Amino acid sequence: MFFSLAAVEVGTHLYWSFAGFTVHGQVLLVTWLVIATILAIAVAGTLKLEQIPKGLQNFVESVFEYVAGIAKDQIGEYEYRPWIPYVGTLFLFIFVANWYGALVPWKLIELPEGELAAPTNDINTTVALSLLTSVSYFYAGLSKKGLGFFARYISPTPIFLPINILEDFTKPLSLSFRLFGNILADEIVVSVLCLLVPLFIPLPVMVLGIFASSVQALVFSTLSAAYIGESLE
Amino acid sequence: MNPIISAASVIAAGLSIGLAAIGPGIGQGSAAAQAVEGLARQPEAEGKIRGTLLLSLAFMESLTIYGLVVALCLLFANPFAG
Repeated sequence: MFFSLAAVEVGTHLYWSFAGFTVHGQVLLVTWLVIATILAIAVAGTLKLEQIPKGLQNFVESVFEYVAGIAKDQIGEYEYRPWIPYVGTLFLFIFVANWYGALVPWKLIELPEGELAAPTNDINTTVALSLLTSVSYFYAGLSKKGLGFFARYISPTPIFLPINILEDFTKPLSLSFRLFGNILADEIVVSVLCLLVPLFIPLPVMVLGIFASSVQALVFSTLSAAYIGESLE
Repeated sequence: MNPIISAASVIAAGLSIGLAAIGPGIGQGSAAAQAVEGLARQPEAEGKIRGTLLLSLAFMESLTIYGLVVALCLLFANPFAG
C-alpha cells in the first residue's frame, strides 16, 4: 500500500492531443485548479469592499501589499506601479502551484499515466514563465527608451557585447532551471524517503520542501522584477 | 541501451551533483557566517538580515540544482541512449 503511494515517476506524462500538439494533461489539470483557486480568493476578497477591511479582504490586501513591495524594492518608486500585476501574478501562481504540489496528497488520485503534482515540476511551465519575463523586460526597455535600449549591450565598453548578448539567453535559462530543479528535487527527495521509510522520517523534508518552494516563488518574482528594473533604469 | 553508456551516465550523474555541491556549500557557509556576524553586531537588524540571507542562499542553492538538472537529464532523459 505505502509502496504504491511512494512510487517515483519521472518523465511519464498523461498525454493529450490538442489541435495537432501533444500536451501534458496532468500539468494542465493542476494549472487550471491553481488558477481557479487564485481567482476564487481574489473575487471573494474584493466582492464587497469596505472602508475598514476585515476577514478575507484584509488578507487579500496584505497579499497585495506584499507583492507590491516586491515590485517596489526591485523596480523603484516611480516605475513599479504598472508592473505590480505581472510580478504579483508570477509570485501568486508559482506560490500556489508549489504549495498545491506539496500539500495535496495527489498520489491518492490514480491517472492512467503519469501523476498529478505541482505544475512547476514540468520544465514546460517554468520555461513559459521565464520566457514571459524575457518578453516583458524587452517590452519595458523598448517602450521606455526606444532603440536607445540597445545601447546597454555595449554599456561599459563594446568589449562586453558578447557577454551582454549571452546574458539575454542565460537569464531565462537559469530562471526556468532554478524553479524546475528545486520543485522536482523536493518531490524526488520526498518520494525516495517515502520509499525507504514510509512513516514520520519524510516529514521534516516535506516541511523543508514547503518552505523552499515558497522561497522559490519569491526568488522567481524578485528576479523577474529585478530584470525589468534593470532594463528600465 | 549500450552498457558503457549507461554506466558512464550513472557515474556522471553522481559526479555532477557531487561536484556542483562543493562551491555552493562553501559559499553558503561563508554567507551564513557573515550573517551571524552581522547579527552579533546589530541584533535589531534581524528581520532584514534573515530575508537577505534566505534569498541569497536560494540563489546559491540553484547552482547545485543546475547540477541536479544535468543528473536528471542523464538518468531519465539521456540523449545518448539511442
